[in-house]
Amino acid sequence: MLGMSANSVSYNDQGSVESGVDAVQESIPTTTNLGLFSAEFKKNDDLKEMLESNKESLKLDAMRRVVELIAKGKNASHLFPAVVKNVASKNIELKKLVYVYLVRYAEEQQDLALLSISTFQRALKEPNQLIRASALRVLSSIRVPIIVPIMMLAIKEAATDLSPYVRKTAAHAIQKLYSLDPDQKELLIEVIEKLLKDKSTLVAGSVVMAFEEVCPDRIDLIHKNYRKLCNLLVDVEEWGQVVIIHMLTRYARTQFVSPWRDDAVFDENSEKAFYDSEEEKRKDQSKPYIMDPDHRLLLRNTKPLLQSRNTAVVMAVAQLYWHLAPKHEVSIVTKSLVRLLRSHREVQYIVLQNIATMSIQRKGMFEPFMKSFYVRSTDATHIKTLKLEILTNLANEANISTILREFQTYVKSQDKAFAAATIQAIGRCATNISEVTDSCLNGLVLLLSNRDETVVAESVVVIKKLLQTQPSQHSDIIKHMAKLFDNITVPMARASILWLMGEYCEHVPKIAPDVLRKMAKSFTSEEDIVKLQTVNLAAKLYLTNSKQTKLLTQYILNLGKYDQNYDIRDRTRFIRQLIVPNEKSGALSKYARRILMASKPAPVLQSAFKDRDRFQLGTLSHTLNATATGYLELSDWPAVAPDQSVRNVEVVEPVKETGAPALSKSKPGKSEKKFYSDSEQEEEQEEGSSSEDSSSSSEESGSESESEEDSEESTKSSSQSENSSSESDSDKKKKTQRNKKLQQQKSASKYRSAVKVETKSGSESGSESSLSENSSESGSGSEPESDSDSGTDQKTKAKHKPVKSKPVTKVDQKEVSLLDLDDFSPAPLTTPKRSILSPSLLSDLQGLSIATSASALQASSPVFVPETSHELLHRMTGKGLSAQYRFTRQPCIYGNNMVSLQLTLSNSGDQALENIHISERSSTGQDIHRFNTIERLEPQASVTVSMGADFNDSTQAANFQLCTKEDEFSVSIQPAVGELLLPVTMSEPDFTKEQSKLVGMNESSATISMAPDNASSQSINRKVVSVANLGVVTSDQDTIHRFAGKTVSSGSLVLVSVTLRDSDALITINTEKTVIASMLLRQLKTALMNSAT
Amino acid sequence: MPAKSFLLLKIFIKTAVSSWLFSPIMIHSLFLINNVGDLFLEKHWKSVISRTVCDYFFEAREKAVEPENVPPVIHTPHHYLINIYREKIFFVSVTQTEVPPLFVIEFLHQVAETFQDYFGECSETTINDNVVIVYELLEEMLDNGFPLTTESNILKELIRPPTTLRSMVNTITGIGNIGQTLPTGQLSSIPWRRAGVKYTNNEAYFDVVEEIDAILDKSGSTVFAEIQGGIDACVKLSGMPDLTLSFMNPRLLDDVSFHPCVRYKRWESERVLSFIPPDGNFQLMSYHVSAQNLVAIPVYVKQNISFFETGPSGRLDITVGPKQTMGKTVECVVVTIHMPKVVLSANLNATQGTYNYDPVTKVLMWDIGKLNPQKLPNLKGSLSLQSGAPKPEENPNLNVDLKIQQLAISGLKVNQLDMYGEKYKPFKGVKYVTKAGKFQVRM
Repeated sequence: MLGMSANSVSYNDQGSVESGVDAVQESIPTTTNLGLFSAEFKKNDDLKEMLESNKESLKLDAMRRVVELIAKGKNASHLFPAVVKNVASKNIELKKLVYVYLVRYAEEQQDLALLSISTFQRALKEPNQLIRASALRVLSSIRVPIIVPIMMLAIKEAATDLSPYVRKTAAHAIQKLYSLDPDQKELLIEVIEKLLKDKSTLVAGSVVMAFEEVCPDRIDLIHKNYRKLCNLLVDVEEWGQVVIIHMLTRYARTQFVSPWRDDAVFDENSEKAFYDSEEEKRKDQSKPYIMDPDHRLLLRNTKPLLQSRNTAVVMAVAQLYWHLAPKHEVSIVTKSLVRLLRSHREVQYIVLQNIATMSIQRKGMFEPFMKSFYVRSTDATHIKTLKLEILTNLANEANISTILREFQTYVKSQDKAFAAATIQAIGRCATNISEVTDSCLNGLVLLLSNRDETVVAESVVVIKKLLQTQPSQHSDIIKHMAKLFDNITVPMARASILWLMGEYCEHVPKIAPDVLRKMAKSFTSEEDIVKLQTVNLAAKLYLTNSKQTKLLTQYILNLGKYDQNYDIRDRTRFIRQLIVPNEKSGALSKYARRILMASKPAPVLQSAFKDRDRFQLGTLSHTLNATATGYLELSDWPAVAPDQSVRNVEVVEPVKETGAPALSKSKPGKSEKKFYSDSEQEEEQEEGSSSEDSSSSSEESGSESESEEDSEESTKSSSQSENSSSESDSDKKKKTQRNKKLQQQKSASKYRSAVKVETKSGSESGSESSLSENSSESGSGSEPESDSDSGTDQKTKAKHKPVKSKPVTKVDQKEVSLLDLDDFSPAPLTTPKRSILSPSLLSDLQGLSIATSASALQASSPVFVPETSHELLHRMTGKGLSAQYRFTRQPCIYGNNMVSLQLTLSNSGDQALENIHISERSSTGQDIHRFNTIERLEPQASVTVSMGADFNDSTQAANFQLCTKEDEFSVSIQPAVGELLLPVTMSEPDFTKEQSKLVGMNESSATISMAPDNASSQSINRKVVSVANLGVVTSDQDTIHRFAGKTVSSGSLVLVSVTLRDSDALITINTEKTVIASMLLRQLKTALMNSAT
Repeated sequence: MPAKSFLLLKIFIKTAVSSWLFSPIMIHSLFLINNVGDLFLEKHWKSVISRTVCDYFFEAREKAVEPENVPPVIHTPHHYLINIYREKIFFVSVTQTEVPPLFVIEFLHQVAETFQDYFGECSETTINDNVVIVYELLEEMLDNGFPLTTESNILKELIRPPTTLRSMVNTITGIGNIGQTLPTGQLSSIPWRRAGVKYTNNEAYFDVVEEIDAILDKSGSTVFAEIQGGIDACVKLSGMPDLTLSFMNPRLLDDVSFHPCVRYKRWESERVLSFIPPDGNFQLMSYHVSAQNLVAIPVYVKQNISFFETGPSGRLDITVGPKQTMGKTVECVVVTIHMPKVVLSANLNATQGTYNYDPVTKVLMWDIGKLNPQKLPNLKGSLSLQSGAPKPEENPNLNVDLKIQQLAISGLKVNQLDMYGEKYKPFKGVKYVTKAGKFQVRM
């Protein structure tokens, strides 16, 4: 067989074109330079020889040249036999180039291509996954129908491969096979179903792509994988994200009920949309809508992707929110879309198109960013037009003057087509906003004296449309235009003026006949549309003012009768029969006046993007405004939600996963559930086996995914809890190191940074834990490598489901604003290792300004965070706005001297509150870090913000003004003395050493009789840490309990020890801050004397 | 060969191709076309699509006059052409079915950036010189029309970038540019970083680059101004470093976008950038400074252009001076004016720098250089117009380019950079630069 084909090639060399194979080659497009081609052909004569030589380097050279030929679109098919021999080469580059060649020409030389198949089949069994994958890639790219069964087998095998990379290739191969032989659909769907269950982020994007191509209608395959896909999404590569998001958009539209008001579907006109929020509110009151938690899951997990650097991802999320999110949430995509306008020209074009469609329905979304759509003279024409379109859509009573001023500059643009488009836009603004109609009209009339003809012509056309709305008041303008008539040569403009004259000839009785006279003179040299309008004008004048115009009309009708254009001849004949009374004229001529002079409806000027919303945003069809091949319509929301339980996952088949680098296997146990648990227990847990650890984490993540109820709890913004929790695994190992470090720090704090680096990387576990933190961040159950625990995770979720109470709307809304925080709940840990990640560390970063650290002591994370929140503002005094504050007991991220506070603002009124912020003026001396202004708070919604206040180590209240758009409320925060402290990690010897320095004046103590049930060490610990934010110093003595902390502002040490003597206890406090000491002592006394209840 | 049979065969091929005419694939083929309209490279990921499909593109190209005005999406009877124009090359991709257009556009830009990364610049010459590598890259980046590997770190492990030394070695030894094993990054949860990175000098540099986009009106007042910034990083650190970058004033950042390596959640909760960096150069983040903040405009331009009613001449007088520069020197100031078509030549006198008027493109470019507050640069003189032509309606707009070293105009400051996970002590540096973005003065 090989010999035969070699023969045919040698024929070919002689220029024969007899064999069928060669004929096929001939017809390969070589459109350019047919003449040159033959010369090229000769030059490459040696290629065959080189390919058949024994030297690798010669072969490689030859293949490189062959690829160059292919790239130039030149024919190299005659080399097929020589090339295909090298398919089994050991040289990887040579092999790859042969692959390139094979894929390109196999289709044309099917018989010869079959020779290579066995090589690939062998390669599919290679131990190297890269070789397996590339063999599958090429095998599936060879479009030879005869190998379909081989491909099918290979795909099935690869789909269960241990390497996720090979499985990904298998997913790609599915599409290739499907396009080669659609009959394999059913078998392929089976493979897709299997691959959809894959937990690797690598596979997810590709298999969803295959799903979209092969069986986009098999929504049922998605149900069980829905939650997994949502959770994996952040970690999938960018291209896969786009595909998955688009698929999930379609899925969600079939599975969830509409989050929009029942009757406010998409065709809401702009005015309605403008008052959208009020409607939303009314809806909420009338019928509470409950969002499916899975629906919410999708929205929540896609939101961070708005920050992607890939514009396609951002657009995909934007369209998802547009099509799926409740109306008041859509606006979060605005900023990101506007950001994309900084990207490449082509990106701008697509994004602007989508914004144009969005801005018709939701003006409010983009109005604050109006200036981003201002046109620059350097923009490409299509960009300019789109920006103009958007500006016009955004125009309303409030901003119209700004927009018109901007338009004035555009009209003067050197780009005349753009200037003309601007005039059209002005016309649209004028009709849409009645307040400015007059001023627009005046502006346009001024433009009539413009030097540029296109500008004048466009103005005339637009004025004509405007005048139709209210002609009676504007006879001046019509007169003015009549005067201009002689100077205007653009046919459309002339025709428009003539039409105006005729239509409103009663307003200009003197001028109209004169214009007609002029037209009669120039009739023969006019354009067709002008002629038609002249005939119309003549007819209308004949009917209203026959005395003056009878002869003129007849003259014009005669001219028209012999015109070259049949339309004009027709029109002339028709008009003559209609208006000139003669014996034959029927009943029609009686009504001639009513026919011709009927009042015409004014044209409606509307956006070209008016009907684009029938297409899904971000699609090719939307861009083209026409259905593209393969466009899948977005279905309407179902009236009744389909069964939700289909998405519950009962049993998960574990997918074997090896071959992945052992990067992060262990999952850090976040201990949200163990919120009130004892420190002892906590420790035990950490010491416990890793399986226990992971199960607790999965339980926790299970509850998180339906976090409506939990949101209250989980939003306590604790910045470091995650760090500490993720590192807790390695705590034990590092304890000794830490102690050492602390000593070093004390003795030589100057060298702190150096020590820090050392200790940081002192053990392997340090890096490991930070890696696993990364994976835990990616959402619950998203860890691709650890199957067993995500299995349990899913199960737990399913278990939780039915028990769960339905969240009410209020909670639902609140949860929206809290989305970002819910992974960061405070995690109480006994032996925190906060020190490493502390922001207060000095940095040796060159060229950076160095943050001065106030204290030499390392703060650790709090042992206990109290639940209680204090009222800041009651809703009665706050006119609907109520505010509560909590101490989070975390080091403040805004400043080292500040106490970190968390404010929960809720709107219990019935109107949205806008612009909530803290006034710049602070009545007392405290330094307050204000939270970012909250633009808008919907009724019944609440939002949690964090702020910082420097109390300067005193319990004096911080007073400030909480402002909304309308009101100002004076509020004050009174800190308890225990909140002015931050816990410090210390070893027992350190504690004793420090304590010995703080004696005399600095020591205050008291003896109390303990309530009997307080005597246990656990309860003492609990009591103390709930009163004050102190760290527990571990000790092996049962009778002495030590606690260490430092004041937030000045960083002075506060050491507390409780010594038990029978039923009495001695509380000792050592600190420089005597005021704090006495206040703290008093509070500890009361706490420890009262019984445990 | 008889013409008739040739035709018949052609039809045969057409029908053969049409059997997968509607194959659902994202990018079917790619054509590279230079700005004079020569098609110099083609690549197909499925059956060959005749390059005649580009005729529709050429038609649109001709209609658009300027290459920038070619519509990015062109609809032909059987195909959709999605194209980008970059570095004087049109990347024209062919697709047959519904596909998110941004997906294709973003990918094409990624291809262009990869070329730039590999060959230093993305031009017709460099692409032609490296056709084989280009082909290998395209093969690796797209499988069956769907992006496969686009991360530059991984591509570089699969296909080594060309160097003069390597090409010499290659010819002698016959060892190619292709890596033998699958890059481990491909399989890990951090696909952007290659494994086993080793440096003798461990360094991490961060450039905070801010651009001022502004439109100023004739009187010098701001019509619109905003600051767009980005942090370009060059990280050469061994092993798997985990970096944390924090800002003094992160609240300035209104809207941000990240390299995939940045952990969203850390940013959301703590406003710090926590990431395992890719190896080499990359853009860590880009941001937008909130519109509420007033934007400092570093220069002012006093300009006067007038065209006389009588006689074919005009007068031009431009002075540039520093405004809000925060005490820094404004450098690399260039003023560009697109003159009206009727301006034939310019006879000007610059007190500083050089000017150049190109009568073909009608662009007047005045390269000023450093701005000296004591002695403001001025450009003055006369313009000669085409006689008989009407005087231009509107005065041209003026574009300003400038650069200020050691200043981020928004006031953004990097607080500190910490590294975890590795033992060594890296050398770290941060640089600030402010540039003019789309800075336009209306006249």
